[in-house]
Amino acid sequence: MDANDAHDPLTIAERWMDDGRMVALATVVETWGSAPRPVGSHLVIDGEGNFHGSVSGGCVEGAVIGEAMEVIGNGEPRLLEFGVADETAWRVGLSCGGRIRVYVERVG
Amino acid sequence: MDPYLLRKLNTERAARRAVIHLTDLGDGRDRVVREGDPVAGPLGAAVESAFRSGKSAIVAAEDRNFFLNVHLPPARIVVIGAVHISQALAQMAKVAGFDITIIDPRTAFATEERFADVDLVADWPEDVLPARPLDAYTALVAVTHDPKIDDFPLSQALSTGCFYIGALGSRKTHARRVERLKALGHSDSEIATISAPIGLDIGAASPAEIAVAILADIVAHLRRRPLLGAVS
Repeated sequence: MDANDAHDPLTIAERWMDDGRMVALATVVETWGSAPRPVGSHLVIDGEGNFHGSVSGGCVEGAVIGEAMEVIGNGEPRLLEFGVADETAWRVGLSCGGRIRVYVERVG
Repeated sequence: MDPYLLRKLNTERAARRAVIHLTDLGDGRDRVVREGDPVAGPLGAAVESAFRSGKSAIVAAEDRNFFLNVHLPPARIVVIGAVHISQALAQMAKVAGFDITIIDPRTAFATEERFADVDLVADWPEDVLPARPLDAYTALVAVTHDPKIDDFPLSQALSTGCFYIGALGSRKTHARRVERLKALGHSDSEIATISAPIGLDIGAASPAEIAVAILADIVAHLRRRPLLGAVS
């Protein structure tokens, strides 16, 4: 995405950081099958649960945001995996049938 | 992620420079690699290949998993000359995913009617380029045939290392152009990077076919370009 775009998640992450907010960054690091967002896509989350960008086009953002709040709390990065084959599919799965891995880290 | 790295990443991206955000998925340590920065070992080869392909991916090296997030500036095309070829090229470039700008000081050519929904600037390249500089992720296509209009942007393109430089004109026209560019201080090897006659040799005849040849040539140069800092 263009760094000069006002909706660019990395630009928003920096702005939030400057505003003194706690920030986590989620990144799609691997995809299998028909994943909705390409590898490298970002979702930026603040300590209040506000977010920008996407890692799946809406399917698993809710779960990623929950994990991101914990990452903001303890600073430990984590690698999440979502997909229909996953047992969590009943709750948060990708309806498209793909699988994705998402890396979540705290900024700072 | 270190806040300093996030700033560095954003600064580089805003300046249209290619960077990779490299993260060790095991311990979370990360860094920002600029194109041309030396990276040793098998990871170095993966970094080089990622800069070329633009594809982000996990790479296993030295028993570790690294995530390489590649940020390449969006490639764009600057065309000097609002001619018939440019009209076709503007449409095709959009389909192929390139941003395109057309510059021509001749207001008879550079009209809204001929170039609807195209980024068109009816001004001299000398006046336009300082505010919108060429760079390594820009292709420069000069198609006016007029040295007064084409020479300045061609010289700028050589100096800034545009990944593609094409100039329309017969071999005779180009031979005279080469002499003028030499007089401006450009070396033979620099000048040799100009695609002239312009475009891939596919026997293109009509303006639209020439546009196809130019666009294919641009794609070939983008995907096979030597990396910055690479020894040629």
